[in-house]
Amino acid sequence: MTLPAALILEAVPQRLMHLSPVDLCIIGLYFVAVLGIGFYLKRFTKTGEDFFLAGREMTAWVAGLSFVAANLGSLELMGWAASAYQYGILATHWYWIGAIPAMLFLGIVMMPFYYISKTHSVPGYLKLRFGEPARLLSAVSFGVMTVLMSGINMYSMALVMRIILGWDIHFSIWMSSITVAIYVFAGGLLSAIFNEVLQFVLIWLGALLISIIGLVEAGGWSGMVQRIHQNFPGQDYTHLWSTLGSFGDNPMGIQWTGIVLGLGWVISFGYWTTDFLVVQRVLAAKDLRAAKMAPIIGASFKMLVPFIVILPGLLALAVLPEKLTGEAQALATGGHSYNEVLPLMLARYCGPGLLGLGITALIAGFMSGMAGNVSAFSTVWTYDIYRPFRKTEATDAHYVSVGRWCTILGVLVSIGTAYLVMQFLSIMDYVQALFSFFIAPLFGTVILGMLWKRATPAGGFWGLLAGTVSSIGMWAWVKLDPAALRYIAFSPHAKDMAENMYRALWSWIICVTITVLVSLATRPKPASELTGLVYGYTDLPSEGDLPWTKRPVFWAGVVLVVFVILNVIFW
Amino acid sequence: MISIWFFIGVLLLAYGILVLGAGIYDLIAPPANPVVLNSLHAGVWWGALLIVLGAFYSWRFSPWKGK
Repeated sequence: MTLPAALILEAVPQRLMHLSPVDLCIIGLYFVAVLGIGFYLKRFTKTGEDFFLAGREMTAWVAGLSFVAANLGSLELMGWAASAYQYGILATHWYWIGAIPAMLFLGIVMMPFYYISKTHSVPGYLKLRFGEPARLLSAVSFGVMTVLMSGINMYSMALVMRIILGWDIHFSIWMSSITVAIYVFAGGLLSAIFNEVLQFVLIWLGALLISIIGLVEAGGWSGMVQRIHQNFPGQDYTHLWSTLGSFGDNPMGIQWTGIVLGLGWVISFGYWTTDFLVVQRVLAAKDLRAAKMAPIIGASFKMLVPFIVILPGLLALAVLPEKLTGEAQALATGGHSYNEVLPLMLARYCGPGLLGLGITALIAGFMSGMAGNVSAFSTVWTYDIYRPFRKTEATDAHYVSVGRWCTILGVLVSIGTAYLVMQFLSIMDYVQALFSFFIAPLFGTVILGMLWKRATPAGGFWGLLAGTVSSIGMWAWVKLDPAALRYIAFSPHAKDMAENMYRALWSWIICVTITVLVSLATRPKPASELTGLVYGYTDLPSEGDLPWTKRPVFWAGVVLVVFVILNVIFW
Repeated sequence: MISIWFFIGVLLLAYGILVLGAGIYDLIAPPANPVVLNSLHAGVWWGALLIVLGAFYSWRFSPWKGK
């Protein structure tokens, strides 16, 4: 049985911590800084290219950090710290195999096609490759997913502020949303990117201290592992791969095929290579080399994020005197839930000043996630829905104006969604379900479009539609008949996370199969219309004249080696 | 256009001063309910680190540098 989150909010007994004047000063300064940056950048966003693609002038470092920060919302910080407490180090898979290979693939293989085609968006690429129907389907599904994600992000942040500081949930939602709306309205993607880089730095400086002091308290990594074994005998929370032999051997109820194929292949490649929220940041790079380097730089930082998100969850297993539980049980017993693990650790180690910095990190995480969603929504709405279907001929200034007002619209719809999301408890599982609905099939369509000349417009559209509908259909099937889980996820013991992984895999397979079959039965586009869009018909600039230390492929190799080493160390 | 790193530097410098100040006050007047491992005085050295980082970025990316 689950309880509506609204009831939980009403029942929160007391706040976890109190802020001192210096903490409030730090939080206040943060709001002044992000708004100031937004107003300062307004003068630099005159054209559509400025507003929607930051003038395509970003360096690889700025684009790369923004690429990671847009994904590092409060949902990431809070949700994955909670998941680490619940599932142990397995949650790290979402940062390593669930991100790094895909980010490198985006930089080395896919970025040239996005960048050379000069598209404004991923749906825009589908228009060039497969035609208008595929673009419309992709744009609408992306718009729906984006505002839902934004609402979820907003809700989780407001919930945190309610629990840890006792702030009114409506105040948190409206205050933060209006701030994001103002600075994105003013400076568009440029403002969003600048603030995301700032927020990324603040998140690190606010959250890293928890891991450092936590390791001191636990007696280092080995001391932490020892304490976890003492506190939770018979359970393995500290191995990445060795417990994935069967569904029943690990706290997540998943097998290695689900992690490798569902997460590592479909979900990860789908999200990191086709979700416009993150791809938009890379499209803003100043040249092709910067666009290729940005995801590689992003991957190297992404690989480190578990040290500020997953490690606090593991440390909580070792040092917290009480055991955290699910929301319903926490409410019934008056204890704390998994979702409170990061604030609990923050309150445990951070006094005045540091506490303000930690809270600012959470707020920054929320805002970077929301600004990412809102700026991407504004671009897709303006370029892929409004311009082709409402007003095909208008001035650039008109589209910039539409983009600005779409920012406000996106924020308002997100706020509405946040109130809607209060009806759902398992936030992270819900997000994964959304990914499997829209992102997994989209990856099938885009990858075939880029790498297979024979894929046709009809194949692209019907494959995408079939994948999306079948994913939603499988989700509904299991909701109506839980026994169907044995067919979708190969095991009746699979948990929600595992179900999402396998559903994504199925929907991708269905999308690819339908795309191939329909393409083989329909006429392909002539080669002249595929130039710059498909492998084999695109002149990819050579990097042979660059020294090897400046070649993206070299740095991708370095990141890949570190990725493998980390997986072996924590096997 | 002013570099984003300058904005970051200025904010970190301000944060460093606030955090270090709070850490020193905590040292002089220990709180009644200290946090775990309060003896490490994390506020002092973390604040100092922020000041160093902030000062470096503010100077390195200053829009007035070299004028």
